[in-house]
Amino acid sequence: MAEVIEKLTSKDFASDQEVRWCPGCGDYSILKQVQTVMPDLGRPKEEFVFISGIGCSSRFPYYMDTFGMHSIHGRANAIATGLKATRPDLSVWVISGDGDSMSIGGNHFIHMFRRNPDLNLLVFNNQIYGLTKGQYSPTSEKGKVTKSTPMGSIDYPFNPIALSLGADATFVARSMDRDPKHLQAMIRRAYDHKGTSMVEIYQNCNVFNDAAFEIFTEKSSKKEQVLMMEHGKPLVFGENNDKGIKLDGFKPVIVEVNESNINDLWIHDETDLVKATILSRFYDDPSTEGHFPRPFGVFYVNNNKATFDELFNEQIAYAKEKQGAGDLDKLISGKETWVVN
Amino acid sequence: MTDTTDKELESVVIRFAGDSGDGMQLTGTQFTNATALHGNDLATFPDFPAEIRAPLGTLAGVSGFQIHFGSTQINTPGDNSDVLVAMNVAALKVNIKNLKKGGVIIANVDGFDSKNMRLANVPEDQNPLTDGSLSEYDLKTIDVTKITRAALADSGMTTKEIDRCKNMFVLGLVYWMYHRPIDSTMEFLRAKFKKNEAVMNANIKVLNAGWNYGETTEMFANRYTVAPAKMEAGVYRSIMGNQAAAYGLIAASVKSGLPLFYGTYPITPATDILHDLAKYKNFNIKTYQAEDEIAGICASIGAAFGGHLAVTGSSGPGIALKGEAIGLATMLELPLVIVNIQRAGPSTGLPTKTEQADLMQAMYGRNGECPVIILAAQSPSDCFTLAFEACKLALQHMIPVFFLSDGYIANGAEPWKFPSAADLPEIPVSFAPARNAEDAKFMPYERDEKLSRPWAIPGTKGLEHRIGGLEKQNITGNISYDAANHELMVHLRQEKVDKVADFIPEQTIDSGEESGDLLILGWGGTYGALRTATSILIAEGYKVSHSHLRYINPFPKNLATLLSKFKTVVVPELNNGQLVKIIRDKYFIDAIPYNKIQGQPFMSHEVVNKIKQILD
Repeated sequence: MAEVIEKLTSKDFASDQEVRWCPGCGDYSILKQVQTVMPDLGRPKEEFVFISGIGCSSRFPYYMDTFGMHSIHGRANAIATGLKATRPDLSVWVISGDGDSMSIGGNHFIHMFRRNPDLNLLVFNNQIYGLTKGQYSPTSEKGKVTKSTPMGSIDYPFNPIALSLGADATFVARSMDRDPKHLQAMIRRAYDHKGTSMVEIYQNCNVFNDAAFEIFTEKSSKKEQVLMMEHGKPLVFGENNDKGIKLDGFKPVIVEVNESNINDLWIHDETDLVKATILSRFYDDPSTEGHFPRPFGVFYVNNNKATFDELFNEQIAYAKEKQGAGDLDKLISGKETWVVN
Repeated sequence: MTDTTDKELESVVIRFAGDSGDGMQLTGTQFTNATALHGNDLATFPDFPAEIRAPLGTLAGVSGFQIHFGSTQINTPGDNSDVLVAMNVAALKVNIKNLKKGGVIIANVDGFDSKNMRLANVPEDQNPLTDGSLSEYDLKTIDVTKITRAALADSGMTTKEIDRCKNMFVLGLVYWMYHRPIDSTMEFLRAKFKKNEAVMNANIKVLNAGWNYGETTEMFANRYTVAPAKMEAGVYRSIMGNQAAAYGLIAASVKSGLPLFYGTYPITPATDILHDLAKYKNFNIKTYQAEDEIAGICASIGAAFGGHLAVTGSSGPGIALKGEAIGLATMLELPLVIVNIQRAGPSTGLPTKTEQADLMQAMYGRNGECPVIILAAQSPSDCFTLAFEACKLALQHMIPVFFLSDGYIANGAEPWKFPSAADLPEIPVSFAPARNAEDAKFMPYERDEKLSRPWAIPGTKGLEHRIGGLEKQNITGNISYDAANHELMVHLRQEKVDKVADFIPEQTIDSGEESGDLLILGWGGTYGALRTATSILIAEGYKVSHSHLRYINPFPKNLATLLSKFKTVVVPELNNGQLVKIIRDKYFIDAIPYNKIQGQPFMSHEVVNKIKQILD
């Protein structure tokens, strides 16, 4: 008789806590996609840990029936790094928002990428502070009128993808709450990557910043405004994939695709940092003339950088091998002692 | 060779002083090791500027190292010195006020040239070496620079390299004066410079030259012997506070069977703990230099969640940054040790100078009602005992514990009759066991008799649960905004700390009678000065006792009774009055504050005078 291994379902990953996001919030979709992907990862529930900071998104761990910690504002990345360093056996996920990651937690955000612990960071970017009821965030567009900026924000926004690449993140991707299949695929890719995986998720805050990403999510505009990147495939977009991106030296240009130029299009290569950097700068205001479409998918993957948790524990193992297990008596007595009779 | 007379002394205080680049700390440390190996009791006080290379030759750049050693019990580095080694005029100017009348000055002539005089703001018409202003002292002038250069003339080294060996000449000379063994320093130099034989040989040569200088010149009529101290029988070593704290943490890791995680950010005077711990990775010691203070403690909280013995370390300014995370650890009810090596504040303050002004910060320095356990070490070797104890209490009560030390004991050294590993208690720790589907639902905030909750680490089947900074419902750990539950939880967290009093030793009288006219109640690094002051007062017939608190939150259970046996309670502190406020608040007694806030430790005679003033 074949051994029957009961596969977990998405329901197994739902906790008994009532979900308390506003009705219509994009967070519901993200929660659902994460819960959908989890059973496919083939790991027991107890090996997953979700750590969050503060903000609407950071309520997330309460709704996952895994281990979880809802910590303090901006610090989830630091806590997760400590956990992963000491417990590399766990699958560690950080749930954060644009304010949590790039404002109050900005330092931990960049330093985590630098170190590259093997964990997954999902940044719910809604370009607004929702929990505190509507102030501009570090990703809000300049000129944003909010309660704290009645005359419009004078801050320029962060570009989360460019910021992550600049900090040497080894997996950088963008997805959106309204495209479940794509989001699931990105979550899976993040899990599969060894190293820190950053997935920026465009998430609609229907109360304080409704329709911020409508142009990328609505059927009527999506095709013209979204550039779906696939490794090894040409960068095309438009109603019938009739537009493409071509590189003229380091300069990207938009071309009408035709038979004569179809072989000249930019073929997406996830492993090319220079090209990923150029793509990360496709960040224009969609209302400006001649703007580039906004890329979604995996910008960059680097599989060659050792992870922090590996290196951290290798040093411990090496020290034990080289010096042998510690001898407490020898440590305490030191090299020089004397006897009083 | 001249005839010298050997004189026997009970105790001696020597102060080595020079420019911060003159190597005075190294000289002092080496002299300390040799003196410890000789069997004297001792106490040391390194006193140096915050700048690595403070402006050359200036008063601000003077670095000093004082050692008090003797054949009797030594509690402090000494109020005033018997010998002052002054490598330049600035060192003399800064330290002469604390040299005893008739004391020996060993002055490096080269450091008294016109340039040094100008840098030390000595008027042009004055020169302390020749103008008679030092006539009350026994002045020995030696051109250390010239002799060192002569000794190394054919070494092939540059003048700059040669001049770096000057401190070894002084060390050799003082070794000769006090019959110290020279071998340990030889060995030290061989190990330190094993990759640079030229420098190794140069240092050894100059060290010997210093010794021989004493032997052959007629400058010194006396040599001194200080017999080994009559200390409790046993095996001793010399130990500094931060080193002891690091060893205490490692010992707790070994005795609990948990790997240690130390998340920190470099800050004076706590950094040496990181340096020490980083050397012992083979003990399963995992050090993490984070991007900032907040990340240091947060990574430690992550490690605590994962089942490690988690520690974070800093000094006052860093502790201020960690405040919110300490609150989180309190809500999470996870074990965490917070090391604070106090320095003079507020803000950046005096980074290399000592103070005890972070007690209120440890006690109350967080938002909300956030009680934690607070322990304070009283001497360099006590840092071992209390760092170990801090870990033990954190692990056994599932609670954050403050371990307070200060710059004075962190960098000070003393002989230590160290324990063997077998003498140290085991720290039994058990994680919550796995559960099956048929078991009752796991309750992360269910409490035991100590009111502590189970330590349920990720990876354990059936224990999936969520913790966080939001108020928890007792037992279930679910988020709760219930009014009565919040009050209950605040009380429970307080009661959990209060209950620790059942697990700590009762307070004792350190010296003096169990009752009397006056009790000197101290805490932390002032122990030695208060002990010496008390013995002086008792010898003069005063009915004075001394008790020293190492457990500050909670206080030992018998403290109220102990305090009630004295007509007056005086609380000397290196701050503007912190413990005294807690004592007054808690025990409703009119305790008298006695405060010094100069970045310097108490001198025993200051305490003696103050107590007499109160009593007379």
